[in-house]
Amino acid sequence: MTVLRLGPWSVRLSPRGVAAAAAMTVVGVAVSLVALSTGEYTVPIPDIVTSVFGRGTPAAELIVGKLRAPRVVTGLLVGAAFGLSGAILQSLTRNPLGSPDFLGFTAGASTGGIVAVVMGGSAWQIAAGSLLGCVASAALVYGLSFRGGVQSYRLVLVGIGVGAVLVSVDWYLLTRANIHDAASAGAWITGSLSGRGWEHAIPVACALLLLLPVCALVSRPLRMMEMGDDSARAAGIRVEPVRAAAIAAGVLLCGVATAAAGPVIFVAMAAPQLARRLSRSPGVTMAASALMGAVLLVAADLAAQRLFAPVQLPVGIMTAGIGGTYLVFTLRKERR
Amino acid sequence: MSPGGVVEAVPEQAPGKTPARRAGRSAALAAGLLAGVGALVLLVLLSIAVGSRSVPLSTVLDALTAPDGSTDHTVIRELRVPRTLLGLGVGAALGLAGALMQSLTRNPLADPGLLGVNYGAALGVTVALGLLDLSDPAVYVWFAFAGAALSAVLVYALGSAGRSGASPVRLALAGVALGMVFHAASSAILRMDTATFDRMRFWLTGSLAGPTPEIAVRLAPFLVAGVVLGLMLAGPLNALALGDDAGRSLGVGVGRTRALTAVAVTLLCGSATAAAGPLWFVGLAVPHAVRTFTGPDQRWLLPYTVMLSPVLLLGSDILGRVIAAPGEVQVGIMCAVVGAPVFILLARRRRLAAL
Repeated sequence: MTVLRLGPWSVRLSPRGVAAAAAMTVVGVAVSLVALSTGEYTVPIPDIVTSVFGRGTPAAELIVGKLRAPRVVTGLLVGAAFGLSGAILQSLTRNPLGSPDFLGFTAGASTGGIVAVVMGGSAWQIAAGSLLGCVASAALVYGLSFRGGVQSYRLVLVGIGVGAVLVSVDWYLLTRANIHDAASAGAWITGSLSGRGWEHAIPVACALLLLLPVCALVSRPLRMMEMGDDSARAAGIRVEPVRAAAIAAGVLLCGVATAAAGPVIFVAMAAPQLARRLSRSPGVTMAASALMGAVLLVAADLAAQRLFAPVQLPVGIMTAGIGGTYLVFTLRKERR
Repeated sequence: MSPGGVVEAVPEQAPGKTPARRAGRSAALAAGLLAGVGALVLLVLLSIAVGSRSVPLSTVLDALTAPDGSTDHTVIRELRVPRTLLGLGVGAALGLAGALMQSLTRNPLADPGLLGVNYGAALGVTVALGLLDLSDPAVYVWFAFAGAALSAVLVYALGSAGRSGASPVRLALAGVALGMVFHAASSAILRMDTATFDRMRFWLTGSLAGPTPEIAVRLAPFLVAGVVLGLMLAGPLNALALGDDAGRSLGVGVGRTRALTAVAVTLLCGSATAAAGPLWFVGLAVPHAVRTFTGPDQRWLLPYTVMLSPVLLLGSDILGRVIAAPGEVQVGIMCAVVGAPVFILLARRRRLAAL
């Protein structure tokens, strides 16, 4: 463990953590480049660089700039947002299962989003609907699991129940929607990155810009609070403001991420835990979780496009398979 | 199967109940069972009559007794009757499977959908239909049985042998996780082929709309066999509820009862899923509701569950046809809306291990 100091600021870095972050960045860049260059029409990697700077061939600029780049960028940003959201909520609930997909937040966001889709909203209105749905479902789950305090397992079980109802509401709304709305909402409901444009990436980018500083600020106090509120207070942490800020950031990130890509399940659950294992840190860490989330989602999306070609699977099916297997693995490991 | 000594042993453990009061309670429960059958018959008629093309009840009776080949009569005999009968069978099967699983695992959260068994069965069906092109229900139902048995074994192995011992929460989480994996695999397989996907996607969320009379006929024997076997296990399960040792001293084969219960659960979940897709919550909500007035005695609990689960399923199905007319909301969706609140209430309990 080394400490970097710059004036009044200091950061603690573990060599293993830095190495893990570097490795994830390299893998993320490599996967993104593969996703950008391969497909029905192969664009060599040098052409990608030139078309990013607006000096490529028209075909390469269309394919990379209009079709593939928005999808990859949305995937990276959404993955990072889900990873961060999962890290915050897992840390708050002190439970690896306390991720937004198990707590019903993702389902709430998708219900809000579908209401906006059915009402014919724009990308920004869909984002707003998802945010509202996410906040409302968070309040509902918390309220329903409150019985003189909240136990994390009760929170998870109530979240599963509320999520099941909300998913049913989604399907009901789909049957009531007209064909065009139903088709666009139906592609979105399993979590999909196909057909994402810059208009989907920009809201997530804005939210990340706003909330990354918040995450950085609450990161260390949250680690202290995992030892219990009293210990954290004794260490000089103002518990309530930190918790409120953390909940707000976790719920908002989940909401905007769902708005952009639909309820892609399991990224928020698996990313923080996989990152923790890779960097061998004692608890979940924000930066590593965000990186891992981005890598996971882009890699899963690439696999969903290529593995069963010409059939294109929604990325949500891929992450459900990967994440569920991972969850089974954690449950098995806990036996020892 | 159910030695008389065992059957009598359980009620006599309860202190402060005179034989006369017990007889009165039994009479009341029997009368309730009869009233329930009456309600079920009414619901069956309603389910045949209500839909995107509503038919008066007198026409329903005519169509059943003296068909004349008119459009109404054809709709009733070819579509509504098979659908209603399957709803009856699937409801009874899922409720009974839930009650048996709760009794076997002593886990109040046990449910064929929640523990992933139905999703395992659904994966079996999609493998048979999507990859192997087997379209005979009497053939692909065996794949459903294999999937159900496999997932039941996996979930139980993952969820019960933990460091902290068997806990309802671990079992439920293992079930939900495996269920998600199986569900993802099923949708991936179905998406490989557009025609199959179009035909089966409603089935994958749980729907009674698909089955033809032929499917109903082919699956009925498996459903009936499962229900009969399940009901016959009431006595031995009562004895086992006292603990393995007490059960053994009352003359019940512990291993044999467990194995037969597992067979019954596999039969019930597999055939119900083959018919109507993976459904949640029926097997959770109904046994808990029934237990509030029958108590833990399986000899009342199981028959009441068999009778009231179709009431829930057919009721949900009818409601789904009414609220979205002229379309319909799949019964799987309606079941989640009705059953999930029960699950939430259970999760709010301070102590989950109440069985």
